[in-house]
Amino acid sequence: MSDIKIDAVLDITNEVCPMTFVKTKLKLETMELGQHLEVIICDGEPLRNVPRSLKEEGHKIVGTKKEGNRFHLIVERGS
Amino acid sequence: MNFTEEQIMRYSRHIILKEVGGKGQDKICKAKVFIMGAGGLGSPAALYLAAAGVGTIGIADDDVVDLSNLQRQILHATSDVGKAKVFSAEETLSAINPNVKLVAYKERVTSDNVRDIIRDYDIVLDGSDNFPTRYLINDACFFAKKTLISGSILRFDGQMTVFKPHAGGPCYRCLYPEIPPAGFVPSCSEAGILGPVAGTIGVLQATEALKEILGIGDQLIGRLSVFDAMTTTFRELKVRKDPDCELCGENATIHHLVDYEQAPCAIRI
Repeated sequence: MSDIKIDAVLDITNEVCPMTFVKTKLKLETMELGQHLEVIICDGEPLRNVPRSLKEEGHKIVGTKKEGNRFHLIVERGS
Repeated sequence: MNFTEEQIMRYSRHIILKEVGGKGQDKICKAKVFIMGAGGLGSPAALYLAAAGVGTIGIADDDVVDLSNLQRQILHATSDVGKAKVFSAEETLSAINPNVKLVAYKERVTSDNVRDIIRDYDIVLDGSDNFPTRYLINDACFFAKKTLISGSILRFDGQMTVFKPHAGGPCYRCLYPEIPPAGFVPSCSEAGILGPVAGTIGVLQATEALKEILGIGDQLIGRLSVFDAMTTTFRELKVRKDPDCELCGENATIHHLVDYEQAPCAIRI
């Protein structure tokens, strides 16, 4: 995970479903194809739902790191 | 595409949709739709388009709210009786979504002003209740190359279609070449309407307007969708471009806008 260049970071730990996905999606829309977004996300429902919705929209989860009760997802912007 | 926190929350259920997203919502927020009439069709259409965040909504109507309108014209409340429909509409719509710029035209739309009115809009949604206005709006949209979302209702039936002759489809005159003579138009006493039928068609018109703004789905061009509330069915009829159409045909004879007359007791839904 350390060799991936992070282009932007988004903390959605204060958001609730579905704003977690909405905020992530909007951020990715402002990025270029292939760029990487690090998403700081809570365990539980957000971690189950957000990656699934991102994959459905063509984005890739290229890395996950746990830090306490939070996760850092590395999302590659897809089409 | 700079949404406020309030807008992100307000439009989140649109943004979630893969086919809409932030980019699509941005298109909606920048779109300009003109609605002819704040009545049975214009009411539900305007409510949904305002709620959707359409940037500018123009509404023309020279009428005032009557108690007999309230059974289906859901922009207006009992306390609005006697008030100009466009001002009642403005109040209702701005209460739902203060982000929307509303332009009220409290005037009769005629051949003199229609070009100036529709010039500023991308899409025209016809919710008028009479043939002279429908022909006028159709002709004006044809000359100005505006997409026209047409709807009409009577009793338990409604129909709608999208006219985009500048993109190859038919126009209203291809479907109805001539204005029907007075005796063929139902009179006031014959022209009842089940309230929610107006809502059904008006809401479908709003849906087509949003599809047009977003550039998604199959447009209702060259297809007339006919709703029968009694059987709860939709039928679809093909509408072909008439090569002999007096307005959009090869040997068109109509080159100017025409104001038709209609008997005072013809349908006013």
